[in-house]
Amino acid sequence: MLELQNVSYRVSDTDGDREILHDVSLTIDERFVAITGPNGGGKSTLAKIIAGIYTPTEGRIILDGTDITGASITERAKLGVSYAFQQPVRFKGLTVRDLISLAAGHELSVNDACSYLSEVGLCARDYVNREVNASLSGGELKRIEIAMIIARGTKLSVFDEPEAGIDLWSFGNLITVFEKLHETVNGSILIISHQERILNIADKIVVIAGGQLKAIGTRDEILPELLGGSNPGCACSVLTQKL
Amino acid sequence: MNDIQKNLLEQVAGLHEIPAGAYNIRANGESAGRRTTANIDIVTKTDKPGIDIIIKPGTKNESVHIPVVLSQSGLKELVYNDFFIGEDADVTIIAGCGIHNGGDADAEHSGIHRFVLAKGAKVHYVERHYGEGDGNGQRLMNPTTIVEQAEDSHMEMDTTQIKGVDSTKRVTTARLAAGASLVIREKLMTHGKQYAETDFTVDLDGEDSSANVISRSVARDESRQIFRSAINGNNRCAGHTECDAIIMDKATVAAIPEITANHIDASLIHEAAIGKIAGEQLIKLMTLGLTEAEAEAQIVNGFLK
Repeated sequence: MLELQNVSYRVSDTDGDREILHDVSLTIDERFVAITGPNGGGKSTLAKIIAGIYTPTEGRIILDGTDITGASITERAKLGVSYAFQQPVRFKGLTVRDLISLAAGHELSVNDACSYLSEVGLCARDYVNREVNASLSGGELKRIEIAMIIARGTKLSVFDEPEAGIDLWSFGNLITVFEKLHETVNGSILIISHQERILNIADKIVVIAGGQLKAIGTRDEILPELLGGSNPGCACSVLTQKL
Repeated sequence: MNDIQKNLLEQVAGLHEIPAGAYNIRANGESAGRRTTANIDIVTKTDKPGIDIIIKPGTKNESVHIPVVLSQSGLKELVYNDFFIGEDADVTIIAGCGIHNGGDADAEHSGIHRFVLAKGAKVHYVERHYGEGDGNGQRLMNPTTIVEQAEDSHMEMDTTQIKGVDSTKRVTTARLAAGASLVIREKLMTHGKQYAETDFTVDLDGEDSSANVISRSVARDESRQIFRSAINGNNRCAGHTECDAIIMDKATVAAIPEITANHIDASLIHEAAIGKIAGEQLIKLMTLGLTEAEAEAQIVNGFLK
């Protein structure tokens, strides 16, 4: 179980002092938890705070009873946190198989690497020895990013807008991937998304806007209001437009 | 050969024992073994140090190993090796130089390799440079490669220097006739206070000749690298040169690509990029459980693979 306790994140830059997140508290213990809300509302920042890329300026993060607020990215990864980037990173020279092997924690055979790629709808033999460089499309990179999270199989997997750019692949497949990942690992999957079809499978929906927690509850409690646009705050009108 | 020399041989030529096919092994300035085959002759030059390697027309799937190892501090040598590759031959040539310098005097090997490819000949040339030893003497290598390609010949050159060479100046020139093609792949890593200079000049003289020169390098610590690559399009031809460097610590890298079109149908491209390892690459690998140092090693090894 992951608990965020009164997490705030403040940055200082040329625009002065800004608070990106303010006093966010929530627990993630369900099968699927979706975080939604308008762009620029702080969702990706929250994901990076969970992965250890940003350190909160206030508050605590507890993973299965252990305070990991000060833990590094590497330490959190080893404790069982996975994070799929919104914009996957390219590597000159490293192949798809290299990255999936690193994710799995040991050298994978071609067959093993292929089985992960097949799960995300890539014709594995065509990809396994490709370099993860600019020759791959955004959609291909996105699926490889998801394959890495499957290979890791940790108790908490965070996906930042996994549906973006997977136009040639159906949502149905993506949802099957999440369901299978949960069945295999029996952990929690946290998904940042604007997509109704993803919100539809969530056990819990969290609405973040303007750096604050605007709403939290079950799908049945939150989704009708989101879609109806009658939810308090600006989050949902923006969200409805997106949907 | 002693154990040090055997280790050098393994580093530069991947040889654990006597290779198959033709070979000439040079150790501390003297011949340490030679074998010729029915199609490949190796002849010692009489006017200067070095050998002629003569490959008969039509020779297929044969290889020649010509490694050089130096384990004597203070030894300096200049060697001329000429390769004559006959019409329609298709061969692999593995060269390389390893220096172990355990003394305080500089050890230096300078090789001048000239490749003369006859019509339709194909050569894969593999060259590795490696240095080791804890003496204060410098390990110096200055290879010069001269390539002359007749019609429709093809040459691929893989040149690698990953470790231990204090100073190197590598000069390669090539001249291509009609339909000839050349691919050069350079991999280079410098560390400490090393200095490496690379200088490629390719003249695309013949119609439909082509060249692709690709360099990937990593400069660490306080090392310095200079990469120059000039392609001259003197006919209807295609040329591409690419230099991609990762810079770390306090190293410096200069990339100077130069393309000159002397013909209306010459099509030439150059690309050069120098930068440190992207922070997001490190972060991505750290989210997979690697430490920052492990992530950096993976990125560098992958880049130079």
